[in-house]
Amino acid sequence: MNFISYFRSLVARVLRGSEISDEMDEELRSHIAHRADDLERDGLVRVEAERRARIEFGGRERYKEESYEALGGNFFHSLVGDVRFALRVLRKSPGFTIAAVVTLALAIGANSVVFAVLNGLFIRPLNVPHSQDLYSLQRGKDTYIIQSYPDYLDLRDRNRSFDGLAAYNISEVALDTGKNPASVWGYETSGNYFDELRIRPYLGRLFHGSDEHGPNSAPYIVFSYAYWHSRFQDDRGVVGRTVRLNKHPFTILGVAPPEFHGTLLFFSPDFFVPMVNAEQIDAGSFLNARGTRWVFELLGHLKPGVTPTQASADLSSIGSYLTKAYPKDDDQPSFSLVRPGLHGNFFAPAIRAFLTGLMLLAGLILLAACANLGSLFAARAADRSREVALRLALGSSRSRILRQLFIEAVLISLAGGAAGLWGGVMVLHWLSGWKPFPEFPMNIPVNPDANVYLVALLLALISGLLFGAVPVRQVLRTNPYEIVKAGSTARMGRGIAVRDVLLVVQIAICAVLVTSSMVAMRGLAHSLHTNLGFDPQNTMLVDTDLRMAGYQGDEIPAMQKRMSDTIQTIPGVSAVGLVDVPPLHMGWSISNVFSDQTTDFRPSNAAATVIRYKVSAEYFRAARTALLTGRIFSNHDDMKAPGVAVVNREFARKILGSTTDAIGKHFKLPDGTRIEVVGIVEDGKYTANIAEDPQPAMFLSILQQPASDTVMVVRTTTEMGRDPAQLATAIRSKLRGLDAGLPSFIQTWDEEMNGALFGSRMATASLGVMGVMGAMLSITGIFGMAAYSVSKRLKELGIRVALGAQRREVLQAALGRAFKLLAVGSVAGLVLGLLATRVLAYIVYQATPRDPLVLCGAVLAMALLGLLATWIPAQRALQVNPLVLLREE
Amino acid sequence: MTEQAQLLPGTLDLLILKAVSLGPLHGYGVLLRIGQISGSALLIEQGALYPALFRLVRQGLLKASWGISDNNRRAKFYELTTPGRKRLREEEDGWNRLAVAMSTALAARPEEV
Repeated sequence: MNFISYFRSLVARVLRGSEISDEMDEELRSHIAHRADDLERDGLVRVEAERRARIEFGGRERYKEESYEALGGNFFHSLVGDVRFALRVLRKSPGFTIAAVVTLALAIGANSVVFAVLNGLFIRPLNVPHSQDLYSLQRGKDTYIIQSYPDYLDLRDRNRSFDGLAAYNISEVALDTGKNPASVWGYETSGNYFDELRIRPYLGRLFHGSDEHGPNSAPYIVFSYAYWHSRFQDDRGVVGRTVRLNKHPFTILGVAPPEFHGTLLFFSPDFFVPMVNAEQIDAGSFLNARGTRWVFELLGHLKPGVTPTQASADLSSIGSYLTKAYPKDDDQPSFSLVRPGLHGNFFAPAIRAFLTGLMLLAGLILLAACANLGSLFAARAADRSREVALRLALGSSRSRILRQLFIEAVLISLAGGAAGLWGGVMVLHWLSGWKPFPEFPMNIPVNPDANVYLVALLLALISGLLFGAVPVRQVLRTNPYEIVKAGSTARMGRGIAVRDVLLVVQIAICAVLVTSSMVAMRGLAHSLHTNLGFDPQNTMLVDTDLRMAGYQGDEIPAMQKRMSDTIQTIPGVSAVGLVDVPPLHMGWSISNVFSDQTTDFRPSNAAATVIRYKVSAEYFRAARTALLTGRIFSNHDDMKAPGVAVVNREFARKILGSTTDAIGKHFKLPDGTRIEVVGIVEDGKYTANIAEDPQPAMFLSILQQPASDTVMVVRTTTEMGRDPAQLATAIRSKLRGLDAGLPSFIQTWDEEMNGALFGSRMATASLGVMGVMGAMLSITGIFGMAAYSVSKRLKELGIRVALGAQRREVLQAALGRAFKLLAVGSVAGLVLGLLATRVLAYIVYQATPRDPLVLCGAVLAMALLGLLATWIPAQRALQVNPLVLLREE
Repeated sequence: MTEQAQLLPGTLDLLILKAVSLGPLHGYGVLLRIGQISGSALLIEQGALYPALFRLVRQGLLKASWGISDNNRRAKFYELTTPGRKRLREEEDGWNRLAVAMSTALAARPEEV
């Protein structure tokens, strides 16, 4: 009953606001009239009686307001009124409004983009059904994810914790659908892969565990929706057709659903084929090789009620069985579980550390923006103290005035949040579609979802309340009588105001950002000038896999020699070398090496794990890797000759003990092959991380260790190197002349290096953006402060000028404070920035904070920003005309 | 104006309910009635009556309707609803208990302790 009547009055309030207001007016009027009647009866004249009645009644507006509140629904009603009023106020000062909204839009946009990336990679679960109990396996103390196929079978069949274990591997094949074969990337999966992940087909059917009957028994292919959509134009008739993968026929079974992009977050496979057919797709058959780890990841759903700890224990007991049964191949019994999607902990820690750092910086930007807006709001509140005083005097409550200010703040923050989110979504859409590596279907799954929108909204509201809270004290302390009497021009520059503190905080934050981005920039510059151990300029990389065109056994080296010889004939080509995987590529091979005395080749006996390259004799000349001592390979270092290797200086130092007498020493490969060291080359950068420490590497002769998937390093003259497109065309036509069915991928080595530099480039770019935003914020902050202080003190400045002050004195009076704050903030920021850049050293190559160039650069940048921001206010202060000013008063 | 007591917080509502329980009244009439039944001993600021009246209406203790007063003016008349009557009884009891307790307490003499 109470509630219903309350609700009814609420509805009535909203629907018939003015009607009720009129009624209330009439009632109060009627009261006064009745009282006046009584007073008249007591002998007063009517006019006098009415006047007395009104006075006796008291503050009519106040009681009316209170009555509104008593009626309920008033909050909502006055809220609408306040919002309307706030909109009107904001429209009256468009410059302020736009500056505030843009500032916030930038800050919130930056935050939502960084959060969306964090969200896409670490928060959002893999987009498969029931992903909450899906786990990947990692093994041993090195937590490696990649396993061998026989181990997978044992783990799958012997465990009691998983509903089933699925496996997948990433592969590149030549796909021939009747036209020219194209190279595409996809998954080789265990037969049970789709069933274990509970994926239903979009079209046709998917393969099952029951389709597998030993090696090469399941020539079936399932396409991803995206590939089917773009290559087959949604043709539903493809099911049942045959396509050729590396020349082998595969039957199209069906199409996976659109939302399924495999089980690795940043890679969308184009196809899925059963892993039992790996021999037809990869360079060799490792289905029975327990010591060869190539299966990219194992994953499965835990059985209901089984905890990850129990599952790990279960798997580890299988692990100890495996190490007992196969001591030569398995040496790490322990298993643990990890969330799927990021290949265990391989990429995750670095990316997460970087993103967390970035999120922190973005948060700082938002904080700086809030400080910025807070001081603007405080300045505005000071300007409006007259209005506030007047409203207080007229009977408005302080809470009502504060609410009004907060509503303005929140309106601005919501508008800024909306604009920022809109911009952020644009950036995210671009990021989602971005393919940083043209030869590899990598994508970044950062489409915004509800999480992102929610966070943006929250950030907007929080920042609105944050900077809206700055002028609260000011309003609470307002003494209406004083202000109405004295005007609002008094009170400047006594004590340390909140505004000043805010400005210092903001400048400090911005200085941190500027310093960080400079450190990152220096790091990138360093990494570009570091010695790579090869020269990527004027070099083309031609990536081919002869198995894709059906070559086998002895045909492979023969064809490789033919290809090299043919390309050598192109005018301008000075050297052509072969390497299985070029240095600083996305992938690289590692191998254990053993001392010459070793007879038991279990991994724990290895002398070291080194990076392994299989190269032709010409490679060193083509890559310009300098030979320090000894010799490089010759064409006689083939199968008939004893095994030889060229090693780098680090290998010689670390494994052979010295670089001077390493030549002629021997070591052994995991298969027991004895290798003689014939040459030592310079150290270089090898893995896809340009910031790596020197690593031991060995180069084996490709004639002794054949590889079908190779990259030809084509060194050209400088003139030829200027036109890579023409060279690529020439190479392509030469290759087509040799074998029209061989897909190749040609790019310059510089382009290829983008992969290795991707990390530091992304880091530098994002830190650069943050730095620029920080700089912009400090400009607006200082500008706002300086302009305000000049405008407040125009009269004083005018008097100073009239009394004969020099330009320098005027400037000091007008802007001295701004500069003092700038200096304090900058110094604090620099110190903080130098501390923060220690964190950066993890991401950016040789990011050292104690770089004099960075220090000078940051100081200079802040000084420049200060000059830039105070330029206009300074001009204004100098152009003060005392006559005009004094006349105005 | 002398000898008037300030209202204790919360007592205005009870006074209004009591005044209206004796017959429907308009706002000014409520004031007059309170003055009459309290022997003009209580000081009520005239405007302060209205927020209280509206609050009671919102709580469903009073209902209001427009009518014509003795002065031949349009005025809004208030009367008790059934819940209002119930509330008045409860408040009266509560007040009486409090008043008895207070006066007993204040009448205490040293020898009684």
